[in-house]
Amino acid sequence: MVMIEDEQIDLLLSDLFELYGYDFTHYARASLKRRINRVWSLDKFPSFAELRYRLRTDTEYIKRFVEELTVNVTEMFRDPSFYKSLRLDVLPTLAAKPFIRIWHAGCSTGEEVFSMAILLKEAGLLHKSLLYATDLNPDVLASARKGIVALSQMKQYSENYLLSGGKADFSMYYTAQYGYAKFLDELAERMVFSTHNLVSDRSFNEFDMILCRNVLIYFDKALQQRVLSLFDESLGLLSYLALGAKETLRFSSLEAKYRPLNGEKIWRKIA
Amino acid sequence: MAEDSLNSAPKAVVIGGSTGSIDVLLQVLPTLTPPLTYVCIIVLHRRNTADSTLAHLFSLKTTIPVREVDDKEPIQPGIIYLAPADYHVLIEHDRTFALDDSEKVHYSRPSIDVTFESAADVFGSSLVGILLSGANADGTAGLKAIKRRGGMLVIQQPETAQATMMPQQAILNTQVDYILDIKEIGTLLNNLNL
Repeated sequence: MVMIEDEQIDLLLSDLFELYGYDFTHYARASLKRRINRVWSLDKFPSFAELRYRLRTDTEYIKRFVEELTVNVTEMFRDPSFYKSLRLDVLPTLAAKPFIRIWHAGCSTGEEVFSMAILLKEAGLLHKSLLYATDLNPDVLASARKGIVALSQMKQYSENYLLSGGKADFSMYYTAQYGYAKFLDELAERMVFSTHNLVSDRSFNEFDMILCRNVLIYFDKALQQRVLSLFDESLGLLSYLALGAKETLRFSSLEAKYRPLNGEKIWRKIA
Repeated sequence: MAEDSLNSAPKAVVIGGSTGSIDVLLQVLPTLTPPLTYVCIIVLHRRNTADSTLAHLFSLKTTIPVREVDDKEPIQPGIIYLAPADYHVLIEHDRTFALDDSEKVHYSRPSIDVTFESAADVFGSSLVGILLSGANADGTAGLKAIKRRGGMLVIQQPETAQATMMPQQAILNTQVDYILDIKEIGTLLNNLNL
């Protein structure tokens, strides 16, 4: 098995930044190392020198490399109790708003965005909502935009949906064809997909809720703080911030201004 | 005794297990003498519900603090850390935990290999890897990584394991230092305590 050295990682990261503008230097190192080892063996590079040469010279390959460095694992209604809390505790407080803006930061292939659209539809709020879905990776966004997922996943997703408090027949939200499930256009119509890099890009709107689940774990503390400040600038008073099951506002400068909702990783901005 | 084969005092013990391993730990934990002088990290295959009942169950069996790993948490000796459901646990060189929800390894997240390999990277020859009962090939690659860095390998005796595949795979494919029954694993963990 190949094992990249820490000095070699530094070389690759400075190449990526200098030649292509991707800054991974504040990504959590242990995980990044695994990702690089993984792509090294998947793509069967005989040596580090050859991996590096390919990266420096092949602008097509860079897309694949960046996609493999970032983790794009996601599912619909992941942590059903989280979605239940959105249904019961969060959406009712947004109902009185004339317009609802939600940002999914680091949305990957979009499964969580479609989950949210279904919740909004069931709460009768979808028609006045806009879901901004961003990722640094254009290819996963292209996939998200299509609203297509493997049919084999639907059993799990429909179980998650029911556990999240869903009462409808989940299959009414998609049409099945050729081993794929395509979600209703009605859901996708309220979504805007765009590239956005949390490392380098700025705030672009004010939102009623920001969801960024299982993205911060891949960043070091300094970058986590930068991204949380970016979210803070993008949230109005009484808006919500939702993070992944093992992520927290503790030890961040936001802690004092946000009140946690019972049990789930959802905070409301109170100051 | 066992610790003689370590190049230096143990800094960390990583324990991996699957089917049948919770019972082993429920027997071993009450025999441990606190305080622990080393870091102890347990990675078990479990259902991916995000509850922490397992940590609670273990904490009933020992006065040593048992805690589910949080992202970026500094690693301290004297605590038994448990990998949370649905995340891989990695270790940074600054001795903090890093969580990762990337692809499953051997159909498992948390994966034993992922934590063992990462711990080997950081703790080197002062690491002890212990693999318990399980019906899965996870753990063997991780043990190899620990051995490459000069750490010590301990396997639960397959005859005492509810599921033998995991320990047997490891015995066949790695240079094991000790093959121990459940009681001996407890004794070893106490002997590593300096």
